[in-house]
Amino acid sequence: METLTYRDALRRALAEAMTEDADIVVIGEEVGRYGGAYGVTKDLIQTFGPDRMIDTPISEPAIVGVAVGAAMTGLRPVAELMYIDFLGMSMDQLANQAAKIRYMFGGQIGVPMVLRTQGGTGRSAGAQHSQSLEAWVMHTPGLRLAMPATVADAYHLLRHSLTLPDPVVFIEHKALYARKEAVDLTAPVPPWGKAAVRRIGDDLVIVTYSRQLHFALEAAARLAETGIEATVIDLRTLNPLDIDTLRAEVERVGKAMVVSEGALTAGVAAELSSRISEECFDFLEQPVVRLAGEDVPIAVSPALEGASVPGVDLIVQTAERLVRW
Amino acid sequence: MQSAEAGQDSGGATGDAGHNRALADLYRTMRRIRSFEERVGELFLRGESAGSMLHLSIGEEAAAAGICAGMRPQDSFTTHHRGHGIFLARGAEPQRMMAEIAGKRDGYCHGKGGSMHIADMGLGHLGANAIVGGGIPAVVGAGLSSKRKRLGSVSVAFFGDGAMQQGILYESMNMAALWDLPVLFVCINNQYGMGTRVDQATRATDFEKRAQAFGLDGRAVDGLDVEAVRQVAGEMIDAARAGRPGFLTVSCYRFFGHARMDKSPYRDASEEAEGRKKDPVAFARDRLIAEALADAATLDQLDAEIGREMDASIEFAIAAEAPEQAAMFRDVFAAGEPEPEPLRTRLDRVLARR
Ligand SMILES: Cc1ncc(C[n+]2csc(CCOP(=O)(O)OP(=O)(O)O)c2C)c(N)n1
Ligand SMILES: [Mg+2]
Repeated sequence: METLTYRDALRRALAEAMTEDADIVVIGEEVGRYGGAYGVTKDLIQTFGPDRMIDTPISEPAIVGVAVGAAMTGLRPVAELMYIDFLGMSMDQLANQAAKIRYMFGGQIGVPMVLRTQGGTGRSAGAQHSQSLEAWVMHTPGLRLAMPATVADAYHLLRHSLTLPDPVVFIEHKALYARKEAVDLTAPVPPWGKAAVRRIGDDLVIVTYSRQLHFALEAAARLAETGIEATVIDLRTLNPLDIDTLRAEVERVGKAMVVSEGALTAGVAAELSSRISEECFDFLEQPVVRLAGEDVPIAVSPALEGASVPGVDLIVQTAERLVRW
Repeated sequence: MQSAEAGQDSGGATGDAGHNRALADLYRTMRRIRSFEERVGELFLRGESAGSMLHLSIGEEAAAAGICAGMRPQDSFTTHHRGHGIFLARGAEPQRMMAEIAGKRDGYCHGKGGSMHIADMGLGHLGANAIVGGGIPAVVGAGLSSKRKRLGSVSVAFFGDGAMQQGILYESMNMAALWDLPVLFVCINNQYGMGTRVDQATRATDFEKRAQAFGLDGRAVDGLDVEAVRQVAGEMIDAARAGRPGFLTVSCYRFFGHARMDKSPYRDASEEAEGRKKDPVAFARDRLIAEALADAATLDQLDAEIGREMDASIEFAIAAEAPEQAAMFRDVFAAGEPEPEPLRTRLDRVLARR
């Protein structure tokens, strides 16, 4: 066992993958000399040099588009968007190019790239730097989508992403970088595309991913004190989506709640809740309840920012009502 | 629109008296910016700012003061994330700015925008932006409105050297030139975009040449000398008003780190010391004294007065209240339109059923 931060785990995954595969290059703003806006790529330039830790001008559409072209011609680029909000400018290259090339061109070629970025609230970074835009990605056929919640997954999911034949969007959470866990990175983890059942209980299933996992686990611990036992599922990847684990747990328990930081309407929680409702209809004792971001932009005021996404209290209160319904 | 405090065009420097006043006014504007930014740093250190993404414009005061002095009350503008100084130079109230930076309801945007999203339509501020380049095309739109509605207004986009590598700038410059719009593009070249020195971001650092290639009047000016900035900006704003859009790059040095958490490990102390010699506030002060336009004691007194004004802005911001929770749903859409339904309201309905 060793104690690592989420940030350290990501850095280690990159460093090891780059050591093993000389075709991996990192392309993004401040990834080299600066070491990444959140320190993920710190010092990697010392090991891999500026030819593989490629600092770019502030040109997000080109960062993604250059990665697409490089991926089609033999490199395995890791493009970095400093904030997921910048998908606003890069979406053409991601959704119209990266995601569609294999299909449009009749399967001739794939785009084996990883787009690393980070999202979410927690730093009073304001409306243009705090969004949870995973639904944009999940809604685009042709893209894989990983969203690690734990330190071990930060490592393993990134390592795995760097072996895949198709574009992977890898979304970190800005409030998790400093999170520390004691981990054994050689211990087995669920395979790519498999969810992890992080806690088992018989009263309700909480389905979540990314930072909300930690809120859900804290809520589950509090619920246990009042006699409510929750199963907590960490999806780990949203594409592939592990519907089998969802089905098995929800059919066993009969009650489900989905928790996501992204805005409620037409968001990831909506998709998850609808899948569960369709697949487990006969087993559900109640409607599947969604906890998600309010349908508002994120304010800079800490008071409004915190209240605009689900938190431990809301999960606990909703779970109690759901179970005692 | 209200009149902008230091934003009045006095019709150019007419004679010595006009010149004397002009420099003293510009100095005052720059000193207020410097003092305000120092207080923003203090607000952060006291743990009272909303977050740490605070970008100080210390070292860039001449761009703000010199250009805004050539603007008229009806003119509009957008800024980048390092826009406190520009807004102050256009007449912003420091208290309401500081309250916004603290995320309080008495701020310009009621605590929703913060440092990177300050705006005030009354002063023609169409918005600061946290997307590098994001605010640039809006001034082309404002130019279009001005032309079509014959408003006689000019719209100015302020952005950093980093935005010179964003495609949106080129689309915007091309349209402004093509349509002869009353627009001025202003690049505040502080030599860095985060940790990237300008020559690490491009082979072509003579930015005015890029603008010229689009048919704009592209010029460069040294941001050490506020009077020089004032002069060239005045000419270019007048030309823009007459339908000849321009681009002005102002060279200066970013005195401190990119944001509050950045200690600038990517540049050495000697470079910083050298860079900070390019101090437009000190330069203007020295000139005022050298030309016997003011004496040191008077300037000290002015500085102290400004210091007190800015101290008060901190106290105001700290004492101000956080926005109330209900404000979260306000202004997603226009007043009077239905607000988004709060999560808890929906849950109450869903879970109460049966
Ligand atoms: C589209 C976009 N890309 C990247 C960032 C992150 N970022 C914020 S400021 C900045 C540097 C901007 O440099 P410059 O335009 O020169 O402005 P300065 O900070 O020097 O005033 C970067 C990369 C951003 N906010 N928006
Ligand atoms: Mg700059």
